This record gives sequence, structure tokens and C-alpha cells, in this order.
Amino acid sequence: MAIGTAAARGTLRVRLPRRVSENLLAYGFMAAGIACFALFSWYPLVRGVLLSFQQVNFVTAPSWVGLANFRALVGDPMFWTAWRNTLYFTGLALLLGYAVPFAVAVLLNELRHLKGFFRVAVYLPVMLPPIVTVLLWQYFYDPGNGLFNTILRGVHLPTSQWTQSSSTAMLSLVLVSTWANMGSATLIYLAGLQSIPSELYEAAEVEGASVWQRLRHVTIPHSRFVLLVMLLVQVVATMQVFIEPFQLTGTTNPDTVTIMVLIYRYAFTVNHDFGLAAATSVLLFVVLGAFSAIYLRLTRGRD
Amino acid sequence: MTVTAQHPPAAPVEGVEGQRRRRRRPRTLAAGAAGTRTLVSAADLRRRRSRALYFAVLAVVTVLFLLVFFFPLYWMATGALKSPTELALPAPTLIPRTLHPETYAKAWNELQIARFFLNTAFYALGGWLVQLAVDVGVAYALSKLRPVLGWLVLGMMLASLMLPPAALLVPAYLTVTNVPLVHVNLLNTPWALWLPAAANAFNIYLLKRFFDQIPTDLIDAARLDGAGPLRVLWSIVLPLSRPILAVVSIFAVVGVWKDFLWPLLVLQDPRAQTLSVALSRLSSTGRVPANEMLAGMFIASLPMIAIFLVFQRSIINGLSAGGLKG
Repeated sequence: MAIGTAAARGTLRVRLPRRVSENLLAYGFMAAGIACFALFSWYPLVRGVLLSFQQVNFVTAPSWVGLANFRALVGDPMFWTAWRNTLYFTGLALLLGYAVPFAVAVLLNELRHLKGFFRVAVYLPVMLPPIVTVLLWQYFYDPGNGLFNTILRGVHLPTSQWTQSSSTAMLSLVLVSTWANMGSATLIYLAGLQSIPSELYEAAEVEGASVWQRLRHVTIPHSRFVLLVMLLVQVVATMQVFIEPFQLTGTTNPDTVTIMVLIYRYAFTVNHDFGLAAATSVLLFVVLGAFSAIYLRLTRGRD
Repeated sequence: MTVTAQHPPAAPVEGVEGQRRRRRRPRTLAAGAAGTRTLVSAADLRRRRSRALYFAVLAVVTVLFLLVFFFPLYWMATGALKSPTELALPAPTLIPRTLHPETYAKAWNELQIARFFLNTAFYALGGWLVQLAVDVGVAYALSKLRPVLGWLVLGMMLASLMLPPAALLVPAYLTVTNVPLVHVNLLNTPWALWLPAAANAFNIYLLKRFFDQIPTDLIDAARLDGAGPLRVLWSIVLPLSRPILAVVSIFAVVGVWKDFLWPLLVLQDPRAQTLSVALSRLSSTGRVPANEMLAGMFIASLPMIAIFLVFQRSIINGLSAGGLKG
């Protein structure tokens, strides 16, 4: 048997140099993957940039229009509204979604009981399909007899219009988003806290540092890297917010139209203007690409 | 491709050992003093007053967590059991007065949740198989066969991690409507979900890192015995990689199940829709009674809750065990 295969190898070697055949084989293993990346990642990237300079209507061939799409964007008041809303959402989401998970992680790290329960509880919403979360909160937000206003009335506090008032609409979206997503950030912080060397806390204790001083001088400095990485991750994720405004406030509500909602509107609702949508995507990409690049440099450099 | 903003791209998973470690609950508050990694030390907690404070905080946090994270789920599951009139009461009831479990059956049959559930299960299963087949192939070739220009392929794939899904939404959609070279329209076919999902650099990165740890000696020995590359992959590499295959599999299934924006765009035929997209469409008609809607939502959540409860250790450790350790 062994001799047989060796002989078979030998004949193959005669026909093709071994290095060539090995490389062919390796690329055979990668062929499907390369095709998927080419079709759905590399080519769309190039095509997206090209599209942003084109007019597409699917009847005639796409025509080159230079910077016309970008000019149209700058002239569309909704474009600026969408950016303002996106930045507002991101800012609020960071205020809540950035500080709260860290505080929760620090607190959970102190609790020596029910560890599994707390971790499961905080991560449970992350597992729910986002549309379920959003629809569920839609019931809670109902200004009539939604759960939130019922509770507020029960404790004699003023009720709110939640998603239906322009002053609270965005905050309502941020609350859902934070509830749904804080689990992963909390668990990542918790893992970071666990990796702080215990000698540091012991030394601080021997020196007589108070709990607050230990937090300021041991915990926070040693979590700086995780905090920075999570900041970038959350900025990139929250700037692409879509499902919350799409479902809770609708795609035409100027109070909550975000950049993603605008791209969706340009490309997939009334006007089907793929060129305009692509131009918006390119601008969003430039902004987010900077954050993503920093994030990748930080995490990959650590391997 | 998961077009919904994925929060946050989970940290790379460390080796096998990290996942096996089990932290045992200390018997007393003072136990485990050697491994103090917290602000409040065991010594602090030995004092009676601080111990009382500790248990007070523990109780408050427990109640708060139950209210914030479990109560919405309870409300969803029990809301579906209430009658529509009870659900519309201005003062909601905590425990349903009359039970209507038939609402679940109604949602399953009349809202056709059954069809969308099976659709989604099929997409998730297929997406899992395609992702594993494609990404394991790439990772194995890059890690063990090491072809010419492999570094370039890996680099270009990893570069795609920098692309926000939002930036590719429109051109990727156009690609699906008319795939270049072969000119096929994938809209309303499962491939419109499966193929973009397979272009997952994060999976490849995780798999390759794991394969890299498998000793070359083991593979050389098998090659000497006459095993071809496919045999080596099947009989040596894959059995040794079960932990990472589990993580990638969970991410794949959960990813397909939770995705919203991409299936909304590429599966417009109502009969082909996923559960998430169908729920959104049903709610926007405004004609579905709230209790049936809640039943549908709970049914959509059940598989994810089940996966979480069964694989919580892999999921939580997969998320928190690696990469970001400072």
C-alpha cells in the first residue's frame, strides 16, 4: 500500500513540480472563500466608490456624473439632519452605553455570590433577536397604557410621550439600544478586571488606600486599554444604528433619521437612487474607517 | 454579511485552556483571599458592618437584575397568554387572570410563524454549514499548507474587518441582484444570505489562530503515513479543534437568526422571509392583536435563549476570555 501511494506521488511529481501542485491544492481549499470575499467584500468596496460617481436607473447603462451625487447630498437638508441625529445618538449612547457597563462590571466584580446568574442576566438581551427587543419596547413605550407610563403613573411621576415626542424620541432609542447591547461590553470589562494582578490590590491595601483610591489608582489605569478599545467599537457600532429608528420611529421622522436610515431611504424606498446612497455610504465609510483602523491597530498589535 | 451593527465584534478567543477553567464559588466571603482581584478585599469583608452592607448590596443588585433583564422576558411570555382585553387594561396585571395558551398555536398557524420559523431555521443551518466549509478551508490552507502569497490573501480578508457593513450595503445588494461573471439573481434565494455570511474574516482569524497551535509534527507524521491534506484536515485538525469550531458555529447560527437589515433587503418575497423580517412586517400592518404578536416574538426568542442556556460557558468565555486582556 505504502509503496503504491509513493509511486502514485512519484508520477504526479513528474507531471507537475511538487511546489506547484501543493500551491494549487492550497488555493483549491481557499477557492470558495476567495470567491465569497471577492464577490461580497472586495468587489462591492470598489463598486461602491464607483457608484458614488454614477447615476444608476437600471434602464440605461450607468452614466458618470462626477461629483453630482455629493453635491446633491450637501444640498439635501435631510443629509445634515441625519448626521446631526447620528452624532446625537452616538453621543447619548456613549454617555449611557459606555459608562453604565463599566460601572456594572466593577460592581459585579465585587460580588462573590450568584456570579453565573449576573453574567447570564446581563447578557440575555444580547441574545434576543434585535427586532424582538425593539417591538417589545414599543409596547413598553406606548404613551397610553404602556408599561413605563403605567409605572410612572403608579409612583405619581409625570408620564412621557417617549418615541412620539421629538424631545424624547432619540433618548428612547438610546435606552433600548443600551439595554439590548450592554451585556457584551459588561462581560468584556469584567474579563479585563479579572486580569488585573491581585498584588496591586494587596499592595494598595497594605498602604492603606481607601476603596475609592484603589478604584482610581489601580482599577481604572489598568482598564485603560479595554476602555479605549470598547470606545472605538461602540462608536463604530452605534453610528450604524438602524433597527431602532426603523422600527420605533419610522424612516421619515426627521427627529430620528440616522445615516443608515437615510442610505436605506435613498436606495430602497421611493427614488431608488443607488448613486446617492453609495455617496452617503462612502462618506460614512471615511468617518468609520478611521475608527476601525485605530481599533485594528490596537488589538492586532497585541497578539 | 451581518449588516446590522454588530455589537461589539467579540474579542478573539484564547486557546483551549481558557475555556475549560471553572471558577468555583467561594464558601465564605473570606475564602479565596489569595486571588483578590477586587476593590474590596476579603479582609474588608470580615468586619460585621461591611458584611451586612455587602449582603444588602447583593440583594439590591439581584432584585434590580431580575427586574431589568428578566422581567421584560416574563412580560412578553405571559402577555401572550393574556386575553386581548386583559392586555389592554390600563393597569397591567402581573399574573394573567385567564390563561390562553392557544394564542401561541394561533400565532404559529394563523400568523404563519411556523413558516417563518422553519425558514429561519433552514437559513441558520445552511449558513452554519456554508460558513464552516468555506472558512475552515481558507484557515486550514493558510495555517498548514502555507501557499505562495498566503499572507496577501489573509491580509486582504482581514482588511475587510475595517469595512463597516453599512458601507457595502448598496453595492453588495447590487451584486446579489446580478452576480458578476455568472449573471445569476440571488434575490429571494438562501444563497443571498449564505454566501455573504461566508466572507467572514473574523471566523477565519479565529480558526487560523487555533490551527496554528496544532503541532506540525503531528501533521508530518500523518503525511508520512500517506494521509493526504483532506484526510489530515478531517482526521487530525478538525477533531482537535472542537472548542473553536463550537464558538464559530454558535456565532454563525446566532448571527443568521438575529440579522435584520440584510434579510430585509434580499428576501423581499413574504414567503421566503426570516422570522425577524416577518415580525417587523406583521407589526407594521397594525392588524395583528398584541397577544399574538407577543407570542410570535417569544417563539422567535426561544431558540436563542435555548442556545444561550446550553452554551453559556462557550459564549461568555468566547466573548470575554481573550484578546482584550490588558
